[in-house]
Amino acid sequence: MPGVILLKNGRVIDPANGIDQILDVLIADGRISAVAQPGSLPEQMEGIVYDVQGKWVVPGLIDMHVHLREPGQEYKETIATGTRAAAAGGFTAVAAMPNTRPVNDNQTVTLFILAKAAEAGFARVYPVGAISSGSNGEHLAEFGELRQAGAVAVTDDGLPVGNSQLMRRALEYAGDHDLLVISHAEEMTLSHGGAMNDGPLATRLGLRGIPHVAEEIMVYRDLALAEFTRRPIHIAHVSTRESLALIRRAKEKGVTVTAETAPHYFTLTETAVDGYNTLAKMNPPLRTEADVAAVREALRDGTLDAIATDHAPHAELDKDIEFDLAANGIIGLETAVPLTLQLVRENQLDARRMVELLSVNPARILGVPGGTLSVGAAADITVIDPEMKFVFSRESILSKSRNSPFLGWELQGKAVLTLLDGRITWRQDGDFSS
Amino acid sequence: MDPEYRFSHKHVLGLADLSAEDIRTVLQTAESFKEISSRSIKKVPTLRGKTIINFFFEPSTRTRLSFEVAAKRMSADTFNISSSGSSTVKGETLIDTARNLAAMNPDCIILRHPRSGSARLLADHINASVINAGDGTHEHPSQGLLDLMTVREAKGRIAGLKIAIIGDIAHSRVAHSNIIGFSKMGATVTVCGPATLIPPGIEELGAQVSRTVIEAVEGADVIMALRIQKERQQDPLFPSLREYAKFFGVSQKVVDAASPDAIIMHPGPINRGVELDPQLADGSRSVILEQVTNGVAVRMALIYLIMGGD
Ligand SMILES: [Zn+2]
Ligand SMILES: [Zn+2]
Repeated sequence: MPGVILLKNGRVIDPANGIDQILDVLIADGRISAVAQPGSLPEQMEGIVYDVQGKWVVPGLIDMHVHLREPGQEYKETIATGTRAAAAGGFTAVAAMPNTRPVNDNQTVTLFILAKAAEAGFARVYPVGAISSGSNGEHLAEFGELRQAGAVAVTDDGLPVGNSQLMRRALEYAGDHDLLVISHAEEMTLSHGGAMNDGPLATRLGLRGIPHVAEEIMVYRDLALAEFTRRPIHIAHVSTRESLALIRRAKEKGVTVTAETAPHYFTLTETAVDGYNTLAKMNPPLRTEADVAAVREALRDGTLDAIATDHAPHAELDKDIEFDLAANGIIGLETAVPLTLQLVRENQLDARRMVELLSVNPARILGVPGGTLSVGAAADITVIDPEMKFVFSRESILSKSRNSPFLGWELQGKAVLTLLDGRITWRQDGDFSS
Repeated sequence: MDPEYRFSHKHVLGLADLSAEDIRTVLQTAESFKEISSRSIKKVPTLRGKTIINFFFEPSTRTRLSFEVAAKRMSADTFNISSSGSSTVKGETLIDTARNLAAMNPDCIILRHPRSGSARLLADHINASVINAGDGTHEHPSQGLLDLMTVREAKGRIAGLKIAIIGDIAHSRVAHSNIIGFSKMGATVTVCGPATLIPPGIEELGAQVSRTVIEAVEGADVIMALRIQKERQQDPLFPSLREYAKFFGVSQKVVDAASPDAIIMHPGPINRGVELDPQLADGSRSVILEQVTNGVAVRMALIYLIMGGD
């Protein structure tokens, strides 16, 4: 049974309750038992007291898009290593994409993932099922059983649903089982064989480009299908300016669409791949300055609802090869907080918006608990030191893979304490006093 | 030339990495080596005891032979390793193979590989010098240098010339190296081909784009036709070789629009009657055989310069 913890003097940012002030938070029996003026709560004799002055106390962060690789590619990541990295990054919950081996297209795989997650105990894992059996784009997966087993959404992520009729049916049928449909938007005949953003840099490097329209055409199709079927849709990893314009327009029209982006799309441009840096190779690819600016704007104005990492671990043998053969994707769980805080420091976002993007909204979109510090809620809490500086080094990484373009960067801001059901899943060594 | 100047590259991965001064040095060195090729004993002891590996992942008898002859004329020991298709299919990566090669202690590896960036990858993982003999659709620096040499020989200069490159610019590493090389040396480069074969941002490499072949060659001192790779036909890039030849082939009519003493070049092997009229390929304006001869001299110069020759 988790004991009593008192978090004293922290800046409590709880947008769901309209709170942003210095408060004490008391945790008992795995739940939030009180949120009160500093010093007003009795210090329990048997409890732990953390003075978190200067730090932020926020609802546990939720990453709605990660690849945990288990079952099937445990050499890249396991549910245990991935969720440990999540906890270290300040996340108390993650949504696990279905492109494992085998694909999570049935209840057996879903139950396996949940069992492994419970055994590891580092974070809540919300399995996302496949839209099509084997994610091969032909037949609908068994949504009903996936839902019963614990899946919260469906997607063929890693691949788009190329067949428009299948996507329409998925949207319709997902409604019967209260599952969110997540779109990996990519028009494959345009992106086929591409290794980076299409444009002058791809020409100079002699690499085949993925034009931004490959994403936008599919975003448009899925928005049109969502409107037509009157079903909600969530667009994953939005990377282009025009995709955001399409989503903005659909929201204005009342289409039930939500959308996420990843920290790399508001931090890096395609120039990160220059020199054939496979650590910056991903799908969708890194784009241009104009796209980065549009992503930042969309995070501010509400066109984007969530920041998710698309944490995609790959081993060296998948990355240390010819650029166009290298695997797509980067790890992201341990860099999301500092990279998002950078936007706060640059006055692109305020702290409240950051918490909405990383906790409140993902919980709402997925229809899962969390995203609040309400009294009585499960004590999933992240304490962030917004000032802490560190160099993101290979040695510091808890994920099993180290494929990050941010290696060697000096980052600022870090989760120093992560609580799941009132249990400590991560505590930063060093200055953190108790 | 700056008296302090020294050619100080360990690898030659692309003309993008070389300065105009580097290029001039290679061309001057190549010109002096060309004389060796005309002697009765075509061999100098310059690189005796050095080991050079020709590491070819793509079939290319011409380029491999040219490098091999260049190395032998300087008395280096050469080994050829070819791998048809990619050895990655067999589960061995480029890096694995390179590590095995390292056991032979080569001084220089000449790499031909179907993937862009592979020469850089190899250079990052091995102690030996690396010369890029063509990586994917990225660069083919020795071809660019031999083209520069051939033009300089024929025209006496490069700066101020007008070069027209006609054909598949998007998939041609030769075009990329030539655009970079010629514009670095002060020539004006104009490219033309079907819009499907003109990549985005080619202007940033230094080329102007013309809509028609006639417009591209107007007043040109050099017309370079590029090979159309028939295997690209599976992509919907142009309807047929017949139509390509009609609208984008270099014909007598095209040549008539160029400068009266324009020369005709082609990196070979030629699809006669597709990108280049057969009579032009063998005609008096063609310097295609000169290109082959200069290829050996340029490759001797590159090997010599990166292996610390002084
Ligand atoms: Zn995806
Ligand atoms: Zn993903």
